[in-house]
Amino acid sequence: MKNFRTKMAVLAISFATTGALQADDLSVRNCTWCHGTSAQGYYEAPRLAGQREDYLINQLHAFAAHERDEFLSTKYMWNAAAHLDSLTLRNLAAYFSALPPESAKDGDSALAAEGKIIFEDGVPNENIAACQACHGPEAQGVREIPRLGGLSYSYLKRRLEEWSQGQDAWGIPMPKVARSLSPNQIAAVASYLSFVGGESSEK
Amino acid sequence: MKAVRLRVALTAALAFFLAATAGHQAQAGAGGIEAKFEYCTTCHGPSAQGFRGFYAMPRLAGQQPQYIENQLHAFLERRRLNPVMANVAHGITPDMIPALAAHMSALNPPPVGGAPAGDAALGKEIFTNGLPDQNVPACSACHGPDARGQREIPRLAGQLYWYMVSTLSIWSSERGQGGRQDISWIMRPTVANLTPKEVQALAEYVSALR
Repeated sequence: MKNFRTKMAVLAISFATTGALQADDLSVRNCTWCHGTSAQGYYEAPRLAGQREDYLINQLHAFAAHERDEFLSTKYMWNAAAHLDSLTLRNLAAYFSALPPESAKDGDSALAAEGKIIFEDGVPNENIAACQACHGPEAQGVREIPRLGGLSYSYLKRRLEEWSQGQDAWGIPMPKVARSLSPNQIAAVASYLSFVGGESSEK
Repeated sequence: MKAVRLRVALTAALAFFLAATAGHQAQAGAGGIEAKFEYCTTCHGPSAQGFRGFYAMPRLAGQQPQYIENQLHAFLERRRLNPVMANVAHGITPDMIPALAAHMSALNPPPVGGAPAGDAALGKEIFTNGLPDQNVPACSACHGPDARGQREIPRLAGQLYWYMVSTLSIWSSERGQGGRQDISWIMRPTVANLTPKEVQALAEYVSALR
């Protein structure tokens, strides 16, 4: 009984001081139901583990405000973000950004070399900007700019296709970037990124 | 009389049509420039106001056209070492450079702002009077009292805070690689005499100027 009390006291203190969430907290489970138990992504739902904290906060606000409006977001994330209070929202972003990300490695390895060139150098003659200028040389992201390294091929490809079709016009400058890419170039960039390591010391 | 009027009207209509077609063709030619401008603004911001990505992309809006032209040539000639911009500059044909520079210089969006609050008063003092004891000349001597620059000397007014900090911090490893004849060379001793705190103060001050 004494042990139990001590444990509860420690729990209460650690919760009160950090507000840190645990894997079995309801708010976390509401996310991992779709994003995978270790938040590495699952089917259409992207990996959240290791994602930039500021990016997660920014996107959750954008879902709640109906600014990010590609089809699957309107279908799932608008509702999921509608009733998050700001403390829970920030705690979720802190929780998922601290999880170690794993690379999906599900792209076409034969296209990865071309994708790497587009990511690092762009294609100046075709007015395609270098992705690394904003997303960083290791695709690690920074602040509200997302980490792309190791996200799944299908998610990256779908997002670029949606932007090129005019969905999520809010996500400036990505609609312009996506429109500058051919379907083959989209497949190449998405393939390359799916193999990039998720870990980086830079935050 | 009616027939004359009709003929005049037809001639006018034809002239208008031809002018419109010619205008359209000229625009199609400039479409190359327009597409290239859109390419620039992917990173430098929709109004070329600058953007803080993983790297800080400078404001080009309102910039001195001769500065933009000189820097694009500097990337190509490796007088200024920047891997991303070296690639970009290779995708711009020489005849496009003056048109792009003119287009950028004509823009006037408000500064991005957002600089962390520091010692802007110190920044203003350095900008206006320099730091004589540290051999730092007044920035205003060359960049102008309004920080608008002149010819190959850049406008600093409204420049992105994070770009100002980063470019002054790595000056000697990136700029003036062409030696003394490169105008960027002249900044080398000056940046060496500025402390990081002074650089931040300067960046905060000029980033808020319009």
